[in-house]
Amino acid sequence: MFANILIYFVVIPLLMLAGIALCRNVRQIRAVAVTGSLALIALSVVVLLQYLDLRAAGETAPMLFTDSWTWFEPLHINLAVGVDGISIAMLLLSSIIVFAGSFASWKIDQPKEFFLWLILLSVGVFGFFITVDLFTMFMFYEVALIPMYLLIGVWGSGRKNYSAMKLTLMLMGGSAFLMLGLIGIYYHSNPAGGQLTWNILEIASRAADAEQCIPQGWQMVLFPLTFVGFGVLGAMFPFHTWSPDGHASAPTAVSMLHAGVLMKLGGYGCFRVAIYLMPYAAQELSYIFLILTGISVVYGAFCACVKTDLKYINAYSSVSHCGLVLFAILMLNTTAMTGAIMQMLSHGLMTALFFALIGMIYGRTHTREITKMGGLMQIMPYLSVCYVIAGMASLGLPGLSGFVAEMTIFVGSFQAGMADYLGGEGSLRLVFTIIACCSIVITAVYILRVVGKLLFGPVQDDHHRTLTDATWWERLSTVTLILCVAAIGCFPNFFNNLINTTFSPAIFAVLGM
Amino acid sequence: MDYSQFLAMKQELALLLVFLLVFLYDTFLPKKAQKGLPVFAIVLTLAATAAGFCCHCLGSACNTVAFAGMYETSPVIAAIKGILNVGAVIVLIQSIKWADSENMTMRRGEFYELLLVTLFGMYLMISARHFLLFLIGLESASLPLAAMVALDKNRYESHEAAVKYILTAVFSSAIFMLGLSFLYGLTGSLYFQNIYFALTANGSANLLLILSVAFVISGIGFKLSLVPFHLWTADVYQGAPTSVTSYLSVISKGATAFAFLVVLVQVFGSIYSSVWEWMLYALIILTITVGNLFAIRQRNMKRFLAFSSVSQAGYIMLGIIADNAMGMAAMMYYILVYIFSNLAAFGVIGAIENATGKVSMDNYNGLYKTNPRLSFAMMLAMFSLAGIPPFAGFFSKFFIFTGALNQGSVAIYVLVGIALLNTIISLYYYLLVVKAMFINDTETPLPTFRSSCSERLGLWITVAGVIGLGIVSWFYSSLLELAQVAPMNMYFIG
Repeated sequence: MFANILIYFVVIPLLMLAGIALCRNVRQIRAVAVTGSLALIALSVVVLLQYLDLRAAGETAPMLFTDSWTWFEPLHINLAVGVDGISIAMLLLSSIIVFAGSFASWKIDQPKEFFLWLILLSVGVFGFFITVDLFTMFMFYEVALIPMYLLIGVWGSGRKNYSAMKLTLMLMGGSAFLMLGLIGIYYHSNPAGGQLTWNILEIASRAADAEQCIPQGWQMVLFPLTFVGFGVLGAMFPFHTWSPDGHASAPTAVSMLHAGVLMKLGGYGCFRVAIYLMPYAAQELSYIFLILTGISVVYGAFCACVKTDLKYINAYSSVSHCGLVLFAILMLNTTAMTGAIMQMLSHGLMTALFFALIGMIYGRTHTREITKMGGLMQIMPYLSVCYVIAGMASLGLPGLSGFVAEMTIFVGSFQAGMADYLGGEGSLRLVFTIIACCSIVITAVYILRVVGKLLFGPVQDDHHRTLTDATWWERLSTVTLILCVAAIGCFPNFFNNLINTTFSPAIFAVLGM
Repeated sequence: MDYSQFLAMKQELALLLVFLLVFLYDTFLPKKAQKGLPVFAIVLTLAATAAGFCCHCLGSACNTVAFAGMYETSPVIAAIKGILNVGAVIVLIQSIKWADSENMTMRRGEFYELLLVTLFGMYLMISARHFLLFLIGLESASLPLAAMVALDKNRYESHEAAVKYILTAVFSSAIFMLGLSFLYGLTGSLYFQNIYFALTANGSANLLLILSVAFVISGIGFKLSLVPFHLWTADVYQGAPTSVTSYLSVISKGATAFAFLVVLVQVFGSIYSSVWEWMLYALIILTITVGNLFAIRQRNMKRFLAFSSVSQAGYIMLGIIADNAMGMAAMMYYILVYIFSNLAAFGVIGAIENATGKVSMDNYNGLYKTNPRLSFAMMLAMFSLAGIPPFAGFFSKFFIFTGALNQGSVAIYVLVGIALLNTIISLYYYLLVVKAMFINDTETPLPTFRSSCSERLGLWITVAGVIGLGIVSWFYSSLLELAQVAPMNMYFIG
C-alpha cells in the first residue's frame, strides 16, 4: 500500500496530526506545521515531475499512479487512487495554501486545537483530490467540511456562531443531495449487468457508450443531484449565501483554506463526477446551471461593489470568480474547461493572498471597514503593495494569473457560444458569455474602489500612523503566494499543457467537442 | 420430549447461568463481599458473550430449529445477541459508579438481576418463531425494565417515569395481543411459518388483516418508540437513572428493532406491498422527522437524547425497507454503531451527572475548558450520531441508505431523500451540543473533575468503537456474510 506515492498525501497530514497532538508548546507546533506543509509541497512537486516524465514518455492512460485497495468488499468499495493533470494542479495548490496558511496563523490563540482542525481539514482536501472512488471521495469531502464548524465557531469573529452553523448546514445539505446522487450512480454504474462499481475511471470508460453508460433517464435525475451537491460548495447561486457570512467570520488561515482550496472541491467535483460520468445529461441540462452560474458571476461582482467590509468584498468576489469556474465547466468545451482549471488555481492563490492580507491589516487596525481606513500605503507599504498586486491579479492584469485564466475561459465560452449560434442551437451560451464578460469591468470597479480608498487617500485614523509593517512570517506567507500567482501569469503554457493532457478523448467524443 | 433441544439455546442458557450466579452471589454472600458484585457480573456477562461468539464461530449453534419450530437460532441471530451482550457489558461498566453510590448499595443486586432478565427476554423475542414465545419475551423484556426505571427511589421523577413506562408497556402489549387474536382468527395458527404460508395463500387485503397487522406493528412500535407511539419516551428517559436510560435507549431498542424485522419479514413478508408497505413508509418519515424536530428544543440532555434516539429508530427501520440481506446487515451494523455512539454520549452524561448532578445542556457551556477529554468524547459521539466521517455513524448511515436504495423504485429515492434532509436537521442539534462545549463561554463552567476508573474505561471502549467500527471494514463485511447465509433469506419478498 505504501509503495504508491499518492497515499503519502494522506499519510503526511495524518502524521502531522499525531505530531501536533504530542506537541507541548507553540514552537513545536509551528515546526511540525511548517515541516509537514513543506513536505507536502515537495511531494506534489515530485508527483508533478514524475507525471510529466511519464506523459512525455507516451503514457496515455487517463490517470496515472493508479492503485486500488479493497475496503468494503461486499459493496465494492475500494480505496482507489489516481491523478491526472487537474488533480495534480489541485494538489499543488492545496499544499501551497496549507503552507501559506500555517504562516498566516503564526500567532493564533489555542494553537494546538487550531492546527489539529486545520490539518484534519487538509486530510480531507488531499484525500478528496487523490481518490477516484466515489465513496472514498465523498467521505473525504465530508471530512473536509466539518472542521470548518469549530474553526469558525471558536476562532472566528463577528457573528461567528450564526455563520458557522449556516455554513455547515448548507454544505451538509449539499452533501445530502450528493449522497443520494452517488448511491444512484453506483446502482446504475453497470447497466449491462456486470459488477457494480464506485470507481470513477471504470464508469467514465463506459460513459461514451450509449449501451453501457449510466442510463440516460437516470442521468437526468442524478446529474442535477450531484451538480447541485457540489455546486453548493462552489458557491453556485442561489446556494452561495453561506460563503460571504462564513468567510467574513472565519479566522485568516481558515478563510484562505476555505476560499482557496475548499471551494475548489466544488468545482472539481462538478467536473469529475457530474460532467465526467454523465456527459449526456450535462449536455441536456447544462443550460439551467449555466443560467444560475451566470447569475453568480455577475451578482457576486455587483454585491462586492456595495459592501464596505473588506472580507465581505472579497467573499463576494470569490462567489463571482468561483461562479466563473462552474460557468466555464458547463460550456463543455476544451478551451473553456482548461480555463476553468486555470481559474481554480488562479483564484485559489489570489484569494488566499487577499484573505491573508486582510487578516494582517485587520490584526493591526482592528477594523475591516474601508470607510474607517485610508492611506495605508504610507503606513505599511509592504502590505499595501501586496494588496495592489492581488487586486491586479483579480481584475486580470496580463502577467498575473487572473488574466490567463479569464482570457482562456472567455475565448472558450465564446467559441462554444458561436458554435451554438451558427449551428442554430440558440444563443443562450453566447448571451451568457457576453453577460459574464461584463463581470471583468465590475471587478475592476470594486477592486479599484478598495485600492483607492484603503491604500491611497488620506489617513482616516491617527492611531493608524503608529502601526508597523509586515513581520517576517507574514512576508514569507505573502511572497510565496505572489510568486505562484506570477508564475501562472508568466508561464501559462506549462499549466495549459499539464491540464490539457488530461481531457480524455472518449469524454469529449460524447460531448461533441 | 427431547430434552437435548435445550442445547440449541446455548446463549440463553449461558445468560440464565450468569443470572443465577449473580442472584446467588447477591443473596448469600456477606455484606463485605458485596462490593465485588459489579465486577463479578461484568466478568460473567463477558464470559457468556465470548462463549456465544465462540459457539457461533465453531458453527455448532448454526441454523437450529427447536421445540417444534417455536425457537430458531442461526449465525446472524447469534451475532445480534452477541452485539446486545457487548452493549450490556458496556452499560454495566458505565453503571459501576452509580451502583456504588449510597442509596443504591442496598439494591445493587436488583439492578444486575433485572437487567439480565430483560436481556433474556430480548433473546427470546429475537429467537421466537411462535407468537406466544415472542409475547413471553416481550413481556419479560418490558416489565422488569419498569422496576429498573424506578430504582432511584428517592427521586420523584423516577417513580413517575416507572408508572408511565409500565402503563404504556401494558397498553401496548394489550394492543399487540388484540392484533394476535385477529391474526389467529384469520390463519388458525400462531407459528410464524404457518401464518406466513396462510397469508401467502390467501393474502387479500381485507380490513381484518390490515387491522391485525396495524395492531402488531403498533404494539412493537410502542417498545421501539416509533412516532406516533413515542410519547412516553422523553419522560421515561429523563426520569430513569442514567444507566437505565442508556440501557433502555440502546439495548432494548436494538433488540426490538431486530425482532421487528424478523416479525415483519417472516410473518408478513408476502403481504408487504398489499398491506403494510405504506404503513412502514409513513412510520419512517414520521419517526425521523418528528423525532428530529422535537430534539431541537430540548435543553435536558437526557430528553435530548430521547428524541434523538426516536429519530435514529427511523433510520434503523430503513433496513427493513431494503428487504434483502444487505439491508439486514446494514441494520445490524447500524444497531452496533448506534450502541457504541449512544453509549459514549450517555457515558459522558453519566460521568457529569455523577460528579456534579447537572444534566442540562446549559451546564455544558465551556466544558472543553475544564474537562477537555470528556468534551472530546462527547463530540465524537455527537459526530457519529450525526453521521460525520470518519466516525462509524457515517458508515452505518451510508450503508443503510445504500441498502434501501437497492430497491431502486422512485418512492424509495424520495424516502431516502427525506431521510437525508433530516440528517441536516439532526446535524443542527448535535452541533448545538458541540457548540455548548467548545464555543459558548460562561462565567460558571462545570468544575474540573476526574471521573472514576470505570467511567473512563467505558468511555475508552465506546470511543474506540466509534472510531474503529467504521474504518475497520471487517465488522460490516462479516455481518453481511452472516446475513447472506441466514435462512431468513427465503422469506424476503424481492
